[in-house]
Amino acid sequence: MPVISTIVLAQGPDWIQFDVEAFVSQFWSNTIDGLAYGSIYALVAMGYTMVYGVLQLINFAHSEVFIVGAYAVFFVLSALGFGPSAPNLSVAALVGDLVLAMLVAMLVSGLVAVALERVAYRPLRRRNAPRLAFLITAIGASFAIQYALFAWRGANPEPAVIMFRPKPVFEIFGATIDSQQLVIFGAAIVLMIITDMFVNRTRLGRGLRAVAQDPDTATLMGVNKERVIVLTFLIGGILAGAAALFYVMKVPAGVQFNGGFILGIKAFAAAVLGGIGNIRGALLGGLLLGVIGNYGQTLLGNAQWTDVVAFVVLVGILMIRPTGILGESLGRARV
Amino acid sequence: MTTSSTSPKTGTASEATPTTGRGWFFGLGDQWNSLPRPQQWAWLVPVVVLIYALPLLNPPLLTTEPGTNFPLALFDVARFALIAIGLNVVVGQAGLLDLGYVGFFAIGSYVAALLTSPDSVLWHIPYLWTLPLAMAVTMVFGLILGAPTLRLRGDYLAIVTLGFGEIVRLLATIVEPLKGQVGFQSVGHPPGTNSEGNAIFAVSNGTPWYWLCVTITIIVLFLVGNLERSRVGRAWVAIREDEDAAEIMGVATIRFKLWAFVIGAAIGGLSGALFAGQIGFVNNQKFDVPTSVLFLAAVVLGGSGNKVGVILGAFVVSYIPNRFVELAAYKYLIFGVALIVLMIFRPQGLLGARQRLLAYGRQAYLRIVGKPEQLSSDSSLKGEGDRIS
Amino acid sequence: MARARRIAAVASGAVLAVVLAGCAANQGASTDSGAASASADIPAVTTLPVPPDAQKPAGNGQATCSGVSIAFAGAQSGGNAQLGINILNGVQLAINQHNQANPNCQVTLKKFDTEGDPGKAPGIVTQVTSDSDIIGVVGLPFSGESKATGAIFEQAGLVHLTPSATNPTLTQNGWTTFFRALGNDNVQGPAAAKFITGKLGAKKVCVIQDDSDYGIGLANATNQALGAVAADCQDKVTTGQKDFSAVASKVIAAKPDAVFYSGYYAEGAPLDQQLVTKGFTGKFVGPDGVKDDKFIQQAGDASNNAFFTCPCVPGELLPDFASAYQGVSGGSAPGTYSLEGYDSTTILLRGIDSGIKDRAALKDYVKNYDADGFSKHFKWDSTGELATTAVYGYKVDNGKIVYIGTIG
Repeated sequence: MPVISTIVLAQGPDWIQFDVEAFVSQFWSNTIDGLAYGSIYALVAMGYTMVYGVLQLINFAHSEVFIVGAYAVFFVLSALGFGPSAPNLSVAALVGDLVLAMLVAMLVSGLVAVALERVAYRPLRRRNAPRLAFLITAIGASFAIQYALFAWRGANPEPAVIMFRPKPVFEIFGATIDSQQLVIFGAAIVLMIITDMFVNRTRLGRGLRAVAQDPDTATLMGVNKERVIVLTFLIGGILAGAAALFYVMKVPAGVQFNGGFILGIKAFAAAVLGGIGNIRGALLGGLLLGVIGNYGQTLLGNAQWTDVVAFVVLVGILMIRPTGILGESLGRARV
Repeated sequence: MTTSSTSPKTGTASEATPTTGRGWFFGLGDQWNSLPRPQQWAWLVPVVVLIYALPLLNPPLLTTEPGTNFPLALFDVARFALIAIGLNVVVGQAGLLDLGYVGFFAIGSYVAALLTSPDSVLWHIPYLWTLPLAMAVTMVFGLILGAPTLRLRGDYLAIVTLGFGEIVRLLATIVEPLKGQVGFQSVGHPPGTNSEGNAIFAVSNGTPWYWLCVTITIIVLFLVGNLERSRVGRAWVAIREDEDAAEIMGVATIRFKLWAFVIGAAIGGLSGALFAGQIGFVNNQKFDVPTSVLFLAAVVLGGSGNKVGVILGAFVVSYIPNRFVELAAYKYLIFGVALIVLMIFRPQGLLGARQRLLAYGRQAYLRIVGKPEQLSSDSSLKGEGDRIS
Repeated sequence: MARARRIAAVASGAVLAVVLAGCAANQGASTDSGAASASADIPAVTTLPVPPDAQKPAGNGQATCSGVSIAFAGAQSGGNAQLGINILNGVQLAINQHNQANPNCQVTLKKFDTEGDPGKAPGIVTQVTSDSDIIGVVGLPFSGESKATGAIFEQAGLVHLTPSATNPTLTQNGWTTFFRALGNDNVQGPAAAKFITGKLGAKKVCVIQDDSDYGIGLANATNQALGAVAADCQDKVTTGQKDFSAVASKVIAAKPDAVFYSGYYAEGAPLDQQLVTKGFTGKFVGPDGVKDDKFIQQAGDASNNAFFTCPCVPGELLPDFASAYQGVSGGSAPGTYSLEGYDSTTILLRGIDSGIKDRAALKDYVKNYDADGFSKHFKWDSTGELATTAVYGYKVDNGKIVYIGTIG
């Protein structure tokens, strides 16, 4: 620490500066883009938050569930003739293709999540293993999937698949909102509302909340705990698959073996920020983190700060208010 | 491996039944454990001599050549062993999962680089002084990070440390005086030249570096071993086994957890400074999360809580990719799968930690019972902890 | 559950449809202006003059030697492998041609994989220097690993020619064994600046750099040459970054005529794609680290606005070399720095053919070398920099990288 502060004093802090002017002038465009990216975080964060709510387990490998979905999107769209150039399709055909890609990605991600539960976590639950063992397994699974993808597809990102060329739709405070941002934000919100309704209104959702609140009592009351756990992983995986479509839409060349890792950590940070175990918290946290990251990098002068901002938010929130903004609960009435 | 549980609450029936029988290596372990410590040390002398002689012997099957220079590969093993011993204090002894250990390693490297490299604008000191200084600086960082977070649940700590490690790496990129990927060249090394006037501790000369690192590792092993047998060590075991019970019994859990965290950080910083000196070049690469996970794999693989075990783990993690070059590209895949498989089938690692009587207790046991104490093979990953229901 | 998924799909499909319908009306109207026409300004060059007396690896076929080896040390696996493989294939081709033509002088090629990792390279290079058969080395490809290992080569007196490490400080360490077979970033930066403000006619430029040794050094050199033109539009990105929306906002707000990206294609491609998506209509200029077919694959049709500068010669325009190369590489065309690797090897082979058997003599031979290669004229100054170097221009045309002549 003394070393660091001495360097700063000796050199003058020319590596850190506050670009307030840029921050103000790009405020709205940063906000809009942050919301679009943040809704991807939010969808991924849902997987973390639900698994945590039910099992108190940080499913570290969820980022790989997500990136496998992105590979699925890539393969489906490539097979449908999408490529580095925006296709010339009618709106109906385009929507049909994208929905197909999304369904496949949801299926693949959901299956991977369930398989992960079966292969890696269930034996540990049977053995009544300590929490640390789960976390180490999750890290192992994360690396195993990442580097299996690496061994299969290599280090380079897959070629871009561009779904459509975004068109400006309307302007707000001088910032343009384009069709891509609107699609991502809108679809993510719809998916989140459906999930929220599912958890709150359906019989299965009630079982899920019951297990989150008190697994033993829930079992006594006739809830099939194993089924609920599988369901939790499945929903998390499905949402990650949907997130994968929007991610590829936004970052067409982002399909890479380790592409999910940082995004996963950010999504986890979003879940913690909103209050882990809390579905609405995940949405709030995701949107906030997306926006904060954009503000941070503009304010601090360059894009290298984005990840630092996200990690500082994560570490800060865990140190100061580990229950997050909305408080952690899947079982309690708040959900 | 015989397991006899110390805790009546442990999971399955077979584990709960105390079994008598042969220890590891057909009873050799029992014999070893019943030896008084001076005799154990006497037996260790030839082993240590052999370890020191390895780079000179360059044994045919063991050698990593022609792929990698053997003494340098050995240095890498020794460096990993030191790291694993440090991380073991945190993960194995105190049961705290530290995913940002590479952050402390990085800080140690940067302390050495900033104070010895001609690329740095700071005042310069002799290289050997940077070793204790690196430990001191990382201890401060450990304290700053640990004090607020050690109140948290175990898995939150893991994520906070992960975030910390990444912040260290990213700041090394962004903060200009730390020179990002450009890095620091000609980091210092211990003094001394050979008859031809070349530095003994040259980048290409692995043997002296290996000897230095092994010597430091032995000293650290000795210190950490004594610490484990002290009140601090007993407190760690108590915390690892059941934090709440320890707290009720009057163990200042947060203080002792902080001790473990800070001592682990110091050893990480020390190994970082050694690494910087040997490579002679420090930049922001290789302080990333995969490296951190590799460190963790070394500890978990060998057997967290068991010093010999984690050295074995470090050997596996560092040596295999150097010896079998064609496996190097798949090392993260292999060790990732290994972590999953281990947690399911052998959570205590290759050599598990042992619950055992400390100091004179074992001699007393031998006299009274007439046979060596029965050891349980247990670890924080297998024993009682907070659970996922 | 199935029901929830179905609802989800239908609902998000509905959102897609509504939004897309709104913007489909003006689809296709704005694609033909701006980016697409930019690359039409500068015509492609399809031939490359080969110096008539360029040294070939085969030599005169009369050489005699035995027990000597040349080593290639560089990335053959890991994330940075492609560049290393490009070079290795060039090296292998030179060795093959030499050994075929000289039955009495069979030179062995020994390959060492550094993964481009400065932490791993010292162990490997130490191993290279301890093999007394090896009297010359081609490598190492990257600046970071070259920095970490230069002293080891120097101590062993083993000459090494880097076909691709372009960091200017590498020749300022007093190493007598280090030779660079191409221009460094201090040559490329000013050439790129001249190209951007001259041929491309840009009045305002944004310079974006990554966090690599290479990106930072090159950005500094380019910024110096650009001066006021780029003074108030600078940004930095990180290796591995995928989302450049805030960078794009910044660039669009600054309204530059061109963006110079100082880094590698892995970040450059999504950056260009996101810039164009956001409505950037200027030109995108990248250095040798961006010039790769992968750039076009990953940036998609956005890459039509891209130009590249490179101290590398377009090996694919030399038909004999290109077809022979494909025999070694398993069908792929010569890549960035393949020809530099080929030429570097040729220089070492010429030395061996002249009867040299030890490291000291080969080092002197390289030091006093003065002849044409396929890519350029090779003659070094006392620090190991080439006396004369050129920078070449490229552009993207219809999804292909084409050569547009010398730019500096």
